[in-house]
Amino acid sequence: MSTIVSLPDQSTAKLPSKSYLNQEYGLKSWLLTGDHKRIAMLYLFSITFFFIIGGVLAGLIRLELLTPPADLMATDTYNKVFSMHGIIMVFLFLVPSVPATIGNFLIPLMVGARDLAFPKINLLSWYLYWIGGIFILSAMVLGGVDTGWTFTTPLSTHYVNTHVVTAAMGIFMAGFSSIFTGLNFIVTIHRMRCPGMTWFRLPLFVWGHYATSIIMILGTPVLAITLVLVALERIFNIGVFDPTKGGDPLLFQHLFWFYSHPAVYIMILPGMAVISEVISTFSRKRVFGYTAVAFSSVAIAVFGFLVWEHHMFIMGVSQYSALVFSLMTMLVAVPSAIKIFNWSMTLYKGSITFETPMLYAFGFIGLFTIGGLTGIFLATLGMDIHLTETYFVVAHFHFVMVGGMLMAYMAGIHFWWPKMTGRMYPEAMSKTAAVITFIGFIVTFFPQFILGYLGMPRRYAAYPADFQVLNVFSTAGASILGIGYLLPLLYLPWSLIYGQIAGNNPWQATGLEWQIQSPPLTENFTEIPIMDHEAYDYEWLANKTHHEVQTVG
Amino acid sequence: MSHISPVLWEFLVHWLEHFAIFPPEASTIAPYADALYFALVGMTITGLVLVMSMVLFFSLRYRKERHPEAVQIEGSTLLEATWTLIPLGIFLVFFVWGALLYFRVYNPPPNSMNVYVVGKQWMWKVEHPGGQHEIDALHIPEGVPIQLTLISQDVFHSFSIPAFRVKREAIPGRYTSVYFEATKPGKYHLFCTQYCGTDHSAMIGWVYVMTPADYSKWKAGNTSGASLAQNGERLFAVMGCNACHTGTSQARGPNLYGLYNTRIRMNDGSTMIANDAYLREKILNPSLHVPAGYVPIMPTFQGQISEDALIDLVEYIKSLSSNYRLQQMMNKSDLDSAQPAPIGPANQGAGAAPLQIVPTPGVSKP
Ligand code: HEC
Ligand code: HEM
Ligand SMILES: [Cu+2]
Ligand SMILES: [Cu+2]
Repeated sequence: MSTIVSLPDQSTAKLPSKSYLNQEYGLKSWLLTGDHKRIAMLYLFSITFFFIIGGVLAGLIRLELLTPPADLMATDTYNKVFSMHGIIMVFLFLVPSVPATIGNFLIPLMVGARDLAFPKINLLSWYLYWIGGIFILSAMVLGGVDTGWTFTTPLSTHYVNTHVVTAAMGIFMAGFSSIFTGLNFIVTIHRMRCPGMTWFRLPLFVWGHYATSIIMILGTPVLAITLVLVALERIFNIGVFDPTKGGDPLLFQHLFWFYSHPAVYIMILPGMAVISEVISTFSRKRVFGYTAVAFSSVAIAVFGFLVWEHHMFIMGVSQYSALVFSLMTMLVAVPSAIKIFNWSMTLYKGSITFETPMLYAFGFIGLFTIGGLTGIFLATLGMDIHLTETYFVVAHFHFVMVGGMLMAYMAGIHFWWPKMTGRMYPEAMSKTAAVITFIGFIVTFFPQFILGYLGMPRRYAAYPADFQVLNVFSTAGASILGIGYLLPLLYLPWSLIYGQIAGNNPWQATGLEWQIQSPPLTENFTEIPIMDHEAYDYEWLANKTHHEVQTVG
Repeated sequence: MSHISPVLWEFLVHWLEHFAIFPPEASTIAPYADALYFALVGMTITGLVLVMSMVLFFSLRYRKERHPEAVQIEGSTLLEATWTLIPLGIFLVFFVWGALLYFRVYNPPPNSMNVYVVGKQWMWKVEHPGGQHEIDALHIPEGVPIQLTLISQDVFHSFSIPAFRVKREAIPGRYTSVYFEATKPGKYHLFCTQYCGTDHSAMIGWVYVMTPADYSKWKAGNTSGASLAQNGERLFAVMGCNACHTGTSQARGPNLYGLYNTRIRMNDGSTMIANDAYLREKILNPSLHVPAGYVPIMPTFQGQISEDALIDLVEYIKSLSSNYRLQQMMNKSDLDSAQPAPIGPANQGAGAAPLQIVPTPGVSKP
């Protein structure tokens, strides 16, 4: 199979003598850095750490569910395990995954800037992330939380005696870290684009992150307030959510989902942003319908704020408001459909190759289509009555979050790894890992749709024996999935030392980031570039390469 | 589909049930929910096949070996419009379809038999109007419309019967209701689906659907001797309600006869309907809404009374309304259209303006 990969001649190739990685040495130079690329690396390391913890907890959940009774652990332990799994995966892995690592690294490069607008705030956000992480880890080590990641009141305020406040404070901190990241991105994208970089010359990656940042800034404060109220209610009994004091337990649901629905778009828009870049590069074509894809991101960000009540359809909300929110949810699904079709059409008359990032991107398209369409099931009022709070919902959100966002994250990491590190990973191995992940994912989560329609409730440590067969499938799939994630954890670090030298532009991609050395210099560009062409202009790239060959040779 | 070909439908459902990948269909709602489900599955398969065949076909046809030079295409407004409007149209169909089903499940017909369900960590307490109590079980007759009125004594719970395709949250401090009509005698799963703490996964039980004859036998064999309303009447005296609500004109509290389901004018000029939620609220937070012409002297019973006792009291006050009692006895839908006006007001407290009671025909439940 032909490939686009063009590495320099390995016998003569060397890593650049100066780069952001070797500008300075020592732990201190990393911990006090203002360089967005180094901070991205700090984040990469950190979220991988939390992903491993979250992944082990997931393994424990699946092991417990191998058999119907709660035999591996006590129900209380199980409840703590799934709560911690959800909290870590959502707040410490998925929310920062693409934006804080890949986004942090690339946004300045893509807009042609030397750094983000506020390098110190960028570093502060990483420290806040860790303070949050330490709070959450302590909550876990001190005995756990058993409220689920949704902290439902009055369970979380009056009926459990676990470390709710500690965990909530952790999420509060991590939330500010994400607010700062969003702030930095918005200011950078507005103020620091290089000459010639108009809004419609921005790569779609930047548009996706712009939309994400809006949600981070507008949504996350609501989560912070909500968690503070939970803590106050727990400690001082203030009674905002307590019906016996005239409070309203549904108010918590409204506040929580007002953030957490938009938050699911924080957890997918950056992934979609990655997919646009990958699909374009490996089909050698500009993204079909650039403006439609760009504006659909913004539409998702805006309309995403108007659908939160779809998490509460059976909770005794007014039936007419349920109508409105069901309708809005139908509308918000349309921009996602638009994106899927535009990506598929980008392949039309392309010149397609199948490198690792592209395989992950194909995985994303298939799994996200299923995830999004099953969202329609849940937005359909009468159907949601039967499906909500069952494994169907679990399957839905894993299809979008793991099948969608995690696939996109893997695509992104494999796509920009050579840029970040200057080295290539072993291609055959990474392709195998992509395929294993895909198979493992389907086997794990597809049976859960069926379980959900059968009525198996989520968050059950023990379940009736009728449901066992499908659960065994799911656990078996999880083991395959585990291998799929273990492989990159091995070969990526390996490649840091033994990988082939990647050169500036191994994929022959058009982005500004690919026109500079890998790994880049600390100041990114020796000279601020001037953007004189549109994004994804492969003719410009061909001319430029041609020109370079002529002048050099 | 269940309308087009019942035979085909039966066949499909049996076949799926046989492989244990489909729950039994045991309520009048279930076939409607399933038809909607199959339509949604159809949409998903169509969408997926469409996208996957585009991706696969283009990948094969335009792979680099066969198509070394890409052709740059900017986009197409026509195509964008197509794949905006067609999905939108399809989604809107599902919106309407789903809304119809939702309104059906959550608006019980007025002639339904009312069963109360109280959720508490970690059990379901079910109270039948005849005074039968059960825990983690629900016995119901087949072919009778049933309304469950749910409330929680502590945290959120959720009452789910997959075989009926219905589910409803049990919320602290608030009544919710759900409706179904069982069609097949048998034993079906009952789950708590809202995570509620340690033994959430043990908050399960069975729903027993019985033939009317079996159900009557069950009812007779399990009665505690007093109906909910009778329990309520006893509580009304024990808790001293009757000290003020004597029903006479000198009474300090309003007459409660005929109160249920009427529209009441409040002292702030607004009006409210005296439904279950109102009665419950009145006992717990009397000063929150005060009927016009009364001084808020009623003491609060917050913290002194369990949800079960509240249900008894509410049932008792409901039973003071003759048309409600009639309705419960006859269980016929035609009563709904011919609701007699409630018994007239006898609410003149000393010097107080007469309480305005406006009959509201057709008002059934919150
Ligand atoms: C001290 C006297 C007193 C006692 C005891 C009392 N009430 Fe009342 N009740 C009142 C008064 C006065 C009102 C009207 C003013 C108000 O709503 O506060 C009222 C209103 C009501 C209403 C609303 C009536 C309407 O027309 O809207 C209900 C229902 C009610 N009480 C039920 C009860 C029940 C049940 C108990 C026993 C658990 C009880 N009350 C005990 C004095 C009392
Ligand atoms: C594309 C259109 C989408 C639609 C129409 C949709 C619809 C819904 C609906 C209606 C629910 C509520 C289900 C219920 O609780 O009954 C839900 C739950 C959920 N969705 Fe989506 N969704 C979509 C995309 C996404 C995406 C992109 C993500 C994340 C990346 C996501 C993550 C979640 C999560 C995490 C939950 C469950 C939250 C919980 O209860 O713990 N969804 N979705
Ligand atoms: Cu949502
Ligand atoms: Cu529960």
